[in-house]
Amino acid sequence: MTPKIKIRGLKKSFGAKKVLDGVDLDVFPGTAMVVIGGSGTGKSVLIKSIIGLITPDAGSIEIDGEDVLKVSRSRAKELRAQIGMLFQNGALFDSLPVWENVAFGLLAENKIRRRDARGKAVEVLAQVGLAPNVADLSPSELSGGMQKRVALARAIASSPSIMFFDEPTTGLDPIMGAVIDGLIVDCVKRLGSTSIAITHDMASAVRIGDTAAMLYEGKIAWTGPAQNLLASDNIVVDQFTHGRRQGPIQMALRK
Amino acid sequence: MNPILDLIAGIGAAVLNTLGFIGEFSIFAATGLAGIFAPPYYPRMVGRSLMEIGFFSLPVVSLTALFTGMVLALQSYTGFSRFNAESAIASIVVLSVTRELGPVLAGLMVSGRAGAAMAAELGTMRVTDQIDALQTLSTDPMKYLVAPRLLAGIIAMPLLVVVADILGVMGGYLVSTIKLGFNPTTYLINTFAHLRADDVISGLIKACAFGFIIALMGCFHGYRSKGGAQGVGAATTSAVVSASILILASDYVLTQLLFTK
Repeated sequence: MTPKIKIRGLKKSFGAKKVLDGVDLDVFPGTAMVVIGGSGTGKSVLIKSIIGLITPDAGSIEIDGEDVLKVSRSRAKELRAQIGMLFQNGALFDSLPVWENVAFGLLAENKIRRRDARGKAVEVLAQVGLAPNVADLSPSELSGGMQKRVALARAIASSPSIMFFDEPTTGLDPIMGAVIDGLIVDCVKRLGSTSIAITHDMASAVRIGDTAAMLYEGKIAWTGPAQNLLASDNIVVDQFTHGRRQGPIQMALRK
Repeated sequence: MNPILDLIAGIGAAVLNTLGFIGEFSIFAATGLAGIFAPPYYPRMVGRSLMEIGFFSLPVVSLTALFTGMVLALQSYTGFSRFNAESAIASIVVLSVTRELGPVLAGLMVSGRAGAAMAAELGTMRVTDQIDALQTLSTDPMKYLVAPRLLAGIIAMPLLVVVADILGVMGGYLVSTIKLGFNPTTYLINTFAHLRADDVISGLIKACAFGFIIALMGCFHGYRSKGGAQGVGAATTSAVVSASILILASDYVLTQLLFTK
């Protein structure tokens, strides 16, 4: 099967610090990939490189067989237009009401008229379990969990075929984290999307991932079924998933 | 460790940083300007920015202009009465306000109010990933956030300066007629006797330039802010300070271009 997203030899440095040092990763259509790794190991840089927010130093990123780093800017924009993104802190536009946040992408792509946008936003908000009266509130009036749901609604509003989730459960209590994970799984399955999530939360990783990859020292150190994360015999994965103080990751930090 | 080589390396690094900054700034300004003319257009954002830069700055600009005109009349009277040249006060007030003080003081006040607000808003959007989110939603942040503010700055500042001109002259008129005992009709005749269209137009041209500078500095520093609250605070300070200096520097250049023959 041809991967939906195929990454080869991806490198990115910031000054003398090598963040990505030759990442190879395949994500197959309709599957959910979870990328785990310590803080500062380049998980967000990996996602931002695919989206086009960061330009990598070397390597290739193919979406549907086309290298987004080599095609024309307009074609890269078209390829990336099929991506929906849930940011770690929601990144809702605080100058706009909730409904305008949710419909923003649809309005920007002229997929909907402004007069129909609120109705469409209410429809999408219902898919993430939010009532219609939330539509007219400002993002600052919402709790953290509700903001995450609105951000998820914004990400799925244009029915993207690829979805990225950056630390979707960070800052949420365990129950709300499980609720958000459930919504993510539902939305991804319903849309038939291919997804990549990055997380530190092992319970979340197992809940939302089909496959998992461990990013360590700028490379993918391990890939396998997400269900095997907690039982992996890879010493890096084992140390990380069980939060052990002793192991290769700690030794690397001491360098 | 060779101190001479270290010094040369330090100078070289500073020069490279400066050139990099100038390049980044030039590209930002050119991209922002191009965004005004190229679609998609965001009239709602232009309207919102016009309200923020223009309408909400009216009170502060009006009060500044009014008191400046009043002080100018008082000070001119103190000086000119020594030479029996009190009749020149009306002309001095109107020419000073329209050619110089109206646009410059309005520019400095708007820079402190609207320029700072722009830098803070865009800076917060940057550090909370809202600008990145715009890009993932098929929206060019330069066209959506920067170009409307630049256009609004260019449109709003001349309108504010017209108000400042009127209120500045009115301030001089009030002090001259109520406190200094000038004849109201004579004062008004003297006010318009030496005023030419060029005087007002040159002030409005300056206002357009200052409006562009204020919006550009607010957007530039906000857009590239880093870190958390401290980064946004630093961006806000840089926006106001750089806009104020550029307003005064460009005022000299524009005065040289517009009035020197």
